[in-house]
Amino acid sequence: MSKVLIVAEHLDGQLNAATAKCVSAAKALNPEAIDIVVLAADPAAVAAQAAQIEGVSRVLAIANPANQNAIAQVLAPQVAEVAKSYSHVFGPSTTFGKDLMPCVAALLGVAQVSDLMAVDAPYSFKRPMYAGNAIVSVEAPADQILVATVRTASWPAAAQGGNAAVETVSVNAALPNHTRFVKLESGASDRPDLQSARRVVSGGRGVGSEDNFRVIYQLADKLGAAVGASRAAVDAGYVPNDMQVGQTGKIIAPELYIAVGISGAIQHITGIKDAGTIVAINKDPDAPIFEIADIGLVGDLFQILPELIDHS
Amino acid sequence: MKILVAYKRVIDSDVRVQVKPDNSGVVSEGVKLSANPFDDIALEEALRLRDKGIATEVIVATIAPADAQPHLRNGLAMGANRAVHVVSDQPVQPLTAARVLLKLVEKEQPDIVLMGKQAIDDDASQTGQMLATLWQRPQATFASQVEIADGKATVVREVDAGLETLEVDLPAVITTDLRLNKPRFIKLPDIMKAKSKPLETIALADLGVASADTLKTTHYAPPAQRSRGVMVKDAAELVAKLKEKGLL
Repeated sequence: MSKVLIVAEHLDGQLNAATAKCVSAAKALNPEAIDIVVLAADPAAVAAQAAQIEGVSRVLAIANPANQNAIAQVLAPQVAEVAKSYSHVFGPSTTFGKDLMPCVAALLGVAQVSDLMAVDAPYSFKRPMYAGNAIVSVEAPADQILVATVRTASWPAAAQGGNAAVETVSVNAALPNHTRFVKLESGASDRPDLQSARRVVSGGRGVGSEDNFRVIYQLADKLGAAVGASRAAVDAGYVPNDMQVGQTGKIIAPELYIAVGISGAIQHITGIKDAGTIVAINKDPDAPIFEIADIGLVGDLFQILPELIDHS
Repeated sequence: MKILVAYKRVIDSDVRVQVKPDNSGVVSEGVKLSANPFDDIALEEALRLRDKGIATEVIVATIAPADAQPHLRNGLAMGANRAVHVVSDQPVQPLTAARVLLKLVEKEQPDIVLMGKQAIDDDASQTGQMLATLWQRPQATFASQVEIADGKATVVREVDAGLETLEVDLPAVITTDLRLNKPRFIKLPDIMKAKSKPLETIALADLGVASADTLKTTHYAPPAQRSRGVMVKDAAELVAKLKEKGLL
């Protein structure tokens, strides 16, 4: 039987929703236990949140001042030490998990499955390659610890209502001091989080300027939506990089995705393929985005968006 | 200061990759191959550090079949001083690639290893992190800004929450994100010059690396197709459709 360890992602004392998505992926293995490990300077608050996720057996809290910031080479030896009594170790396929989990795999001397999107059997999975243009079946050896990052857009967050025991764990691992956290400049906003929002409005190069992006924010606020962007809009400086949706940005699966002034390059479409309903608004009737949109509207966004805001 | 750039050859980013009808892989015959875009950014960054007088030598290294020499010549034409070609008929998985790169690191003793944050074929995003771990050195992944001074690198990283700045002691592994730089174009005289630059070939088998290629890819499928959508004529009709679907 499988025993799964999930590495919790958290920031400022708040557990990231990606952790509950990893729990859903772990449940698909039908394991005998799912434990979450929380590494922090003071893990109590985050551990308490993790304990409430349904299906979690135990929360392992590792307190160490060195864990104040998530530095992969500092966290990895601690995770690898704990991981040795598990069959599977999962982390989210976010920048946190992508940075950390390969270090854990390397310490354990095992391969990693990246962006796990489906579980076929305890050691058989599906994952995307080539910007999502191929979905491959991967088989891993059952006699090794399986390390994976979980593609959060493929899994729902596991429900709340659990009551797992929180245990304090101390690990015996030498931690390096070659890396120092300097600062985090966050593009924080009051709007919903892009990766967990039910509705997302995204703007592309067609929006034209940082000022013009205001109309995207207005529509998003009217709909209670998060705001995303194509790489072109980020590169042009209209919005910060953490809003980028696509192969190299965030991969999202909202119920409703409205793409405004986005042509629909393969790399962008990779980030939104799993959205429930895709709406495209573009003045170019030949834009590739219309090939995947459920509802398309050809026209000038500066005329259409104000009308949409009025009607919705 | 010496910089080693891991420089992978992949199917060009503008190719719309197709799964073979027998599900055994993707169509690669006659398909344009190019440097992984993130690795081009890594090479550009190394060359800029050399332009600034911080680096003295830039080495491009790849693990690829024998026909990948033009790929390395391309890196040399862009400006690398020399190239190392680890010849392998088969693609290697990230942990094996990291073990191979560690061998090159032990031999070359670089101060920085620069590489892309992911290859656009396997989309794994693992090799740089694994190399840093095996080398027991710092990593700064997803870099959008790199400053080198006093034996340290100050790196701005693109993370989900925004931009994080880390300071790492050298030697270190740095993986590049898209916004780090715009790679230069190769000029014709540089292509000529590149032909006479040193290019060392090493058989993978001669490196004594234990393969970690334990994952078996058994089946390739095209992604689920979305059903063809509908076009609406104006905002009012769009809102009506969304209300019909219960989305507004």
